[in-house]
Amino acid sequence: MAVENAVLTVADVQKSFGGLRALSEIDLQIERGKTHAIIGPNGAGKSTLLNVCVGRIPPDEGAVVFKGQVITGKKPHEINQMGIARVFQTPEIFADLTVLQNVMVPAYAKRDGAVKFTLFHGMDKDTDIRLEAEQILMDLGLADKRHDDADSMSRGDKRRLELAMCLVQHPDLLLLDEPTAGMSRLDTNRTIDLLKSIKERGMTKVIIEHDMHVVFSLADKVSVLAQGRIIAEGTPDEVRANPKVQEAYLGGAH
Amino acid sequence: MDTTPSKNAPLSETERVGPAAKEKSVFYRTSGRIATQLPPRGPEMAPLWPPKADIFMTIVFSAVVLTMPLWLQPFGAAYPDLMQRFAIFGIFAIGFNILFGLTGYLSFGHAAFLGVGSYAAVWSFKLFSLNIIPAIIMAVVIAGALAVAIGFVSLRRSGIYFSILTLAFAQMCYNLAYSVLTPITNGETGLRVLSDDPRIIDAIFGTNEVPVPRAELFGISMQGMPGFWTSAVFLIAAFVVALLITRSPFGMMLRGIKSNQVRMSYVGFNTRPYTLMAFVISGMYAGLAGGLLAVVDPLAGAERMQWTASGEVVLMTILGGAGTLLGPFLGAVLIKYFENIFSALGDTTLRSMLEFIPEGLRDTAIAIISPFVGDGWHLTLGVLFMLVVIFMPGGLIEGFRRIGRLFTGGGRKKENG
Amino acid sequence: MDALIAQFLNGLDKGAAYALIALGLTLTFGTLGVVNFAHGALFMLGAFCAVLTAQVLSLESVTLDPTKLTPWGTPTEIRTTYAELYLGDFGAFITDYSIFIAVLVTIPIMLAIGFAMERGLIRYFYKRPHAEQILVTFGLAIVLSEIIKASFGANPIPVSAPEALRGSADIGAFLGLDMFINYPIWRLVYFLAAAIIIAAVFAFLNLTTYGMVVRAGMQDRDTVQLLGININRRFTLVFGIAAAVAGLAGALYTPIVPPHYNLGMEFLVLSFVVVVVGGMGSLSGAVAAGFLLGIVQSFASLAEVKAIIPGIDQIIIYLIAVVVLLTRPRGLLGRKGVMES
Repeated sequence: MAVENAVLTVADVQKSFGGLRALSEIDLQIERGKTHAIIGPNGAGKSTLLNVCVGRIPPDEGAVVFKGQVITGKKPHEINQMGIARVFQTPEIFADLTVLQNVMVPAYAKRDGAVKFTLFHGMDKDTDIRLEAEQILMDLGLADKRHDDADSMSRGDKRRLELAMCLVQHPDLLLLDEPTAGMSRLDTNRTIDLLKSIKERGMTKVIIEHDMHVVFSLADKVSVLAQGRIIAEGTPDEVRANPKVQEAYLGGAH
Repeated sequence: MDTTPSKNAPLSETERVGPAAKEKSVFYRTSGRIATQLPPRGPEMAPLWPPKADIFMTIVFSAVVLTMPLWLQPFGAAYPDLMQRFAIFGIFAIGFNILFGLTGYLSFGHAAFLGVGSYAAVWSFKLFSLNIIPAIIMAVVIAGALAVAIGFVSLRRSGIYFSILTLAFAQMCYNLAYSVLTPITNGETGLRVLSDDPRIIDAIFGTNEVPVPRAELFGISMQGMPGFWTSAVFLIAAFVVALLITRSPFGMMLRGIKSNQVRMSYVGFNTRPYTLMAFVISGMYAGLAGGLLAVVDPLAGAERMQWTASGEVVLMTILGGAGTLLGPFLGAVLIKYFENIFSALGDTTLRSMLEFIPEGLRDTAIAIISPFVGDGWHLTLGVLFMLVVIFMPGGLIEGFRRIGRLFTGGGRKKENG
Repeated sequence: MDALIAQFLNGLDKGAAYALIALGLTLTFGTLGVVNFAHGALFMLGAFCAVLTAQVLSLESVTLDPTKLTPWGTPTEIRTTYAELYLGDFGAFITDYSIFIAVLVTIPIMLAIGFAMERGLIRYFYKRPHAEQILVTFGLAIVLSEIIKASFGANPIPVSAPEALRGSADIGAFLGLDMFINYPIWRLVYFLAAAIIIAAVFAFLNLTTYGMVVRAGMQDRDTVQLLGININRRFTLVFGIAAAVAGLAGALYTPIVPPHYNLGMEFLVLSFVVVVVGGMGSLSGAVAAGFLLGIVQSFASLAEVKAIIPGIDQIIIYLIAVVVLLTRPRGLLGRKGVMES
């Protein structure tokens, strides 16, 4: 079952909270350049799994390996510096900064590392950062809003901004936690288009989602999580045809 | 005037109708299409804020500071002692704002750095030289070192924990200054420069025999106006440094930390060194202010480290407007001005001032006002504190901005401050 | 050995004061989510309730006795307290026991002050940033202490314990130990009173349904609100209780340390440290840490200890706080994530 060019490998991970088994015997290989969706009914352990993947929650057993390095127990900024960017379920942006600055901040982190003091250096000299940020904003259709306060934007725009903040770093792996949660059908479709468009950049993506429409439009591979276990894995069509999945998820939830 | 200047930068014409605007909505109509057009480059790319505005602000600020002896005349505040305090507490507040205004970390212990700066400067006067240069260097370096130690521990927590920890450390310094460290601080009497101090550097040049030891700069005594000019020059320098820091990537990171620290770490920043750096810089500003207090009056006492002093700088900053560049200085001037006026008012002065009120009411008026003046100045300070926080959490600069917005037609979000 | 026991006992009364203040602080943190920098001022106000009671009860009427002349040839002044004048021996008795009358006076006054503070000011700050809560209560603390300074002066005002409780007792004999430990009786009274108050607060929170809702609110405010419980009334009451506890702690402390207007801030800083050490949001942590730090501080003031590390008594509490924060950031008994950011 080993995948040749796996970017992220989750090996035999177990996690319990108190007496509750949140994750058991999780094995996952995220293939380079592919979009991998993790689906499952509410409470299946999707968010826990994502948090384990970014090192936020240490697993009781097993390990998470990214590009040959164990990332379990590392701090969020170290994991980001290794090349993992994350989009949160509710947009986490810098509300007090302008849209452009919101994108420039991660660009600096990518260029200068986790700590670099540039106290007396005008930002206008960093044209490379600026151009990069402007380009991403243009790609995501936010260019005309770049001098607005990030806080003044609509929720959908904030989510696009958060995506821009991740894309500007050209991460090796992009984690998306329910990118369409709480969106209207129109906004959902727009987001799907957006994510499809960045697929062309060859970025590896992991999407946590329970909207099947989103999953089947985007994913190359789907893992189905139920009660803390992976019950099925395969292409969207394979998973759709799997009776176990229909029983656990499709039948139960819809 | 604003630390988020880029918002204020008016969009240039090229920007407004440039490729960016044309690009709008193309994205949605052709789903998934990625624009390949590059944004404007080089001279076409408008700077994040007009550099001219900063230069203009610096010039105006310097002019206002250097002409204080003129325009403060009508207010009866144009005497050196008070103007020195305006400049020195302006430095203190500007430095405090680098921490509180940019990162949002509310320290309640900055008076400790002010006090330590004063002690360090006086010791430099005693041990090395009456020249202010080594004294200022000592004050800044030692306050900075203390800030590294206190910041290292306090910044392990955020929010109220941080405020409590800084308050506790300041109280600890205050207690120590009054007890065990008496050999260094001279306890309640305060540390002063004596004519028979060693002053080894002065001794080398044979200038250590002075009847009354006073701080000096190559022969210019720091008493009176020269003391003010020195403080004013330091104030302007402090302002320019704060301006540069605010405009630098570092300043943007600090505001990012204030805005969303979790996001900061998830985009790959190790935030603690940034907050520590901001803490140390503001501690050094406080040390500089403390050193200057000793320069204009070579005496240091522990009361400078009391919690009320820490609270005062917080008040200056929020009264003027935390996070703004000019606000802290404005707040410092106002607080020190009113302190000067109010604490000098006694019942007799009050009585003569209120002569226009009919006899019967006058006593009532005096009874109401007198607890707030003279020794009761701190009561006024406390009331002011509450009023500012309750009604004007953005401070005066924010208030002016709102008033300005009323006059210029309100609706525009990008109003200039 | 007896010196150690004496020092331990000395720590108890200070620890009791820390515990009482920290208890109120934690209660308001946990339930209301408000950081009250004026909490120390409430302790100080309680102390001045006792001062005021003692002053009122010792108001004197002066009569002149022309039959007896002083060495200066003027009639002797006879001073009698009004209480004695109107109530006779009982009046003299209540003047002597004014501190207990003060307790009866303090509770309603401090409850009223607490209610007024919560209704008039704190309520509007529940949704505002912590920094603004800190600032506004800090301003209030200045205002309160300055009002006291303006009315009572800046100097400490001694309040005496009732005559019967003024001396010292031999605790050694009382505890059945074969040693002589001299211990001021009032400090024992203070410790006992603190124990009763703490027990009463815990009983209220754990045994009454009203209190259990408050505790549930500390765990999860939103859910409690969803249950349709009027949480606002309870918040007011909780704030009043916290104020009353702090006030009682202050009132009863007056015979130990003469109160002055700045007393509140001194105790506040230490009580905050106590809360941090005990663990934010943990009531039992606050009480335990209060006593622990009081006792540790008492031992650090031993001459033998100070000879080894000079000034240790001044900073020991802060040092403990630093060590606890570096090794166990949540505090001894704290819950995760309470009042962070």
